[in-house]
Amino acid sequence: MSNAEIAALPESEGFQIRWADLAPFIALAVIVLMGALINSNFMAANNLMNVITRSAFIAIIGVGATFVIATGGLDLSIGSMMAFVVGIMIMAMNALAPHLGTWAIPVGALVALAVGSLCGLMNGLIVTVGRIEPFIVTLGTMGIFRALITYMTDGGSLSIDQSLRSAYRPLYFGEFLGVPYPVIITLVIALLGAFILYRMKYGRRVTAVGSNSDVARFSGVHVGRVRTMAFVIQGFCVAVAAICYVPRLGAATPTTGQLWELQVITAVVIGGTLLRGGKAHIWGTVAGALILEVIANVMVLSDMVSEYLVAAVQGAIIIIAMLAHRFTSAR
Amino acid sequence: MSRANPDTLTAPAAREPSVLHAEDLSKAYGPITVLTGVTLDVRAGEVHAIIGENGAGKSTLMKLLSGHATPTDGTMTMSGVPVAFADAVQAENSGIVLVHQEILLAPDLTVAQNLFLGRELSRGLRVDDRQMNRRTAEVLARVGSTARPTTRVGTLPLAQRQLVQIARALLDDRKVVILDEPTAMLANDEVDALLGIVRTLRDQGVAVLYISHRLEEVEALADRVTVLRDGQMIGTWPARELDQRRMAELMVGRELSMLYPPKRGLVETDPILTVENLTVDHGKISGSFFARPGEVLGIGGMIGAGRTELIEGLMGLRPAQAGAITLNGKTITKPDVGTMMAAGLVYLTEDRKGKGLLLNDGMGPNLTLQALNIVNPGLRLDRRKETRSVKSAVQDYDIRIRSLSIQAGQLSGGNQQKLLLAKVMLADPSIVIIDEPTRGIDIGNKGQIYRFIDDLVRAGKACVVISSELPELVGLSDRVLVMRGGRFVAELTGEDINEQNVVYAAASSGDETEGRKSA
Repeated sequence: MSNAEIAALPESEGFQIRWADLAPFIALAVIVLMGALINSNFMAANNLMNVITRSAFIAIIGVGATFVIATGGLDLSIGSMMAFVVGIMIMAMNALAPHLGTWAIPVGALVALAVGSLCGLMNGLIVTVGRIEPFIVTLGTMGIFRALITYMTDGGSLSIDQSLRSAYRPLYFGEFLGVPYPVIITLVIALLGAFILYRMKYGRRVTAVGSNSDVARFSGVHVGRVRTMAFVIQGFCVAVAAICYVPRLGAATPTTGQLWELQVITAVVIGGTLLRGGKAHIWGTVAGALILEVIANVMVLSDMVSEYLVAAVQGAIIIIAMLAHRFTSAR
Repeated sequence: MSRANPDTLTAPAAREPSVLHAEDLSKAYGPITVLTGVTLDVRAGEVHAIIGENGAGKSTLMKLLSGHATPTDGTMTMSGVPVAFADAVQAENSGIVLVHQEILLAPDLTVAQNLFLGRELSRGLRVDDRQMNRRTAEVLARVGSTARPTTRVGTLPLAQRQLVQIARALLDDRKVVILDEPTAMLANDEVDALLGIVRTLRDQGVAVLYISHRLEEVEALADRVTVLRDGQMIGTWPARELDQRRMAELMVGRELSMLYPPKRGLVETDPILTVENLTVDHGKISGSFFARPGEVLGIGGMIGAGRTELIEGLMGLRPAQAGAITLNGKTITKPDVGTMMAAGLVYLTEDRKGKGLLLNDGMGPNLTLQALNIVNPGLRLDRRKETRSVKSAVQDYDIRIRSLSIQAGQLSGGNQQKLLLAKVMLADPSIVIIDEPTRGIDIGNKGQIYRFIDDLVRAGKACVVISSELPELVGLSDRVLVMRGGRFVAELTGEDINEQNVVYAAASSGDETEGRKSA
């Protein structure tokens, strides 16, 4: 093509609204609107902040899961991994509290980040070096982490030392300029995730590997390293969630984080990330996490549907989201 | 351009019974018209070739005739009776079947299970394997296949799978069989066998619509030839009135300039790449060769001879044991795509869609994926530089695009191939290995790719071309190595580079099945 023709090339093919990308945000808006109509208490600032704060865990872990899923992987171990990291962190802080006082908290947080990243590294290496399906590997490690936390808590609960409680509590319950800390942390993690995914070379390789690993391999991309790194990022995000989680209940139990993996995967998928990899939407994941929490909240506030059916509605949402995706992308 | 003698206009369906007649067929997808006013007449017992460049509308026409798509306008009659197909099943029931270009068979099922997939014969509740295997054997014999009905399709070589696919189309009696590029994946001797089968079908009174890029096949096989260009029908001619050159001119719509650039002649420079005793697939394939700056080294041989495997071994893309690799004066001990690229060697895969391009991604991500570290020296992506790279690639390689945000999968085959070439050249290599440089692309783009190859060799780079298309191999190469059964068996230079010598070296001692096994 000639210079003039190239200069005249449109940057994009007209002003097509990409409905598939906007869908999670539209869905979120619709659900919020419904909530407002059903119960006037829903729109109360207090209630909204609570909902957003509660969605922080799924959103933070979801950012990591977006990376893993974008590479074509899947991590089922995240729920039990979080419980395990919470347990390790509490044990570390309790052991350090007599010597370090409240400094045990940041040290414990660093321990959590290291342990989480290592857990992710382990998942990643088994998948890539061992050449085993991520579904199987993380099914295995899910069981291992769950058993370890049950063993660590001796089937009961593992509580944080009394001396640390009041110092640590604000990380979940406190706020900065009216915004709760977990919400700020979620924003920071999502911004970081979006930067890595959309602005850095690593992010480009993540989507390339998920889109077609053969093309990536033939282009000299170290597919194994990219996949492993995604699991490490997942582990790191799990640890961040764990750090926010500890002050909420102050304890780890054998049921901590149970079935969170399903919620996280749901959030990622309704956020628009393809489960087979290759397309990743960090902000869609955050919207997905909000959708799940808002639905639960609306159902609790409304008298029409029993809150015992929350999981059923969330389950229906993922199916509807996929059907909508099929419908919009078929054309 | 002469439009003399389009004989559909002068002699409509008079001499022989017209089994299928399409009148004024058009197809539009939304506002985009892809086919306008095609009138086609297909007679029993003829091979009717449809030729045209990619995007000329051949595939669309075939889809309309076989019920895979419905025409926007126009009518079809079969033996004078008006027909309209809502889907491919209706068309098949009327006796028209399309054999797809891609192999669409379940590898884990047997030949017979594949043939009867979706229409299994049964006795009561049980499937009648004996009956199905018997009928499969009959139809396999009809297409000259040596496969057994109980063999798993996945274990068959590509050519045999193609025959199985044709056999499936012939399981019921057909009046019209449409073959879409049936030889695209086949090597020369396999092509000959397939052409024989097509002739047999014709002699049995079947009308065969034959689509191919290979004009020599059309010349050898067709009774009549219909030419499409830009979605329009140019005309139908008796094949004897056309030679390959005339066909190409009708397709392109202009007189052909020389397709192959003049050769540069043998050079005596020091090799830039030497490979000694490279062994892949546990010794089944091994070879030594070298490449010099300023030459095109052609690697010929049949599909399955081990050419691609050897090069993939060289690039670290499959397990290999190397004797010694020297590239640009450096000794490479543990090759991988990244080290090779850093040392100046890139490889362009034959599998454009499966291993070359991310079809759902845009121009930028595709173009820069391999040279990501060169385009973006830091950790961050440099979007502006990426856009600049895309624009210069579009210009340098004449990639035709509607907009900068187009996805690679939406490009035509020829433009995809040019994008792929631009992608591997982005790292500014001193030697490039191109595997099947023009597979499945039209003649206009072919000529351009040959000129790009010529340009880069004249600029002092080395180029290795693996090609199963003999005219291409012969037309491009300054030196040819021929592989058979996983070994290099001949080196040809100068006047010795001709199709006969390549074929003789590639297939002579009759052990070509040996080579196939290693595919």
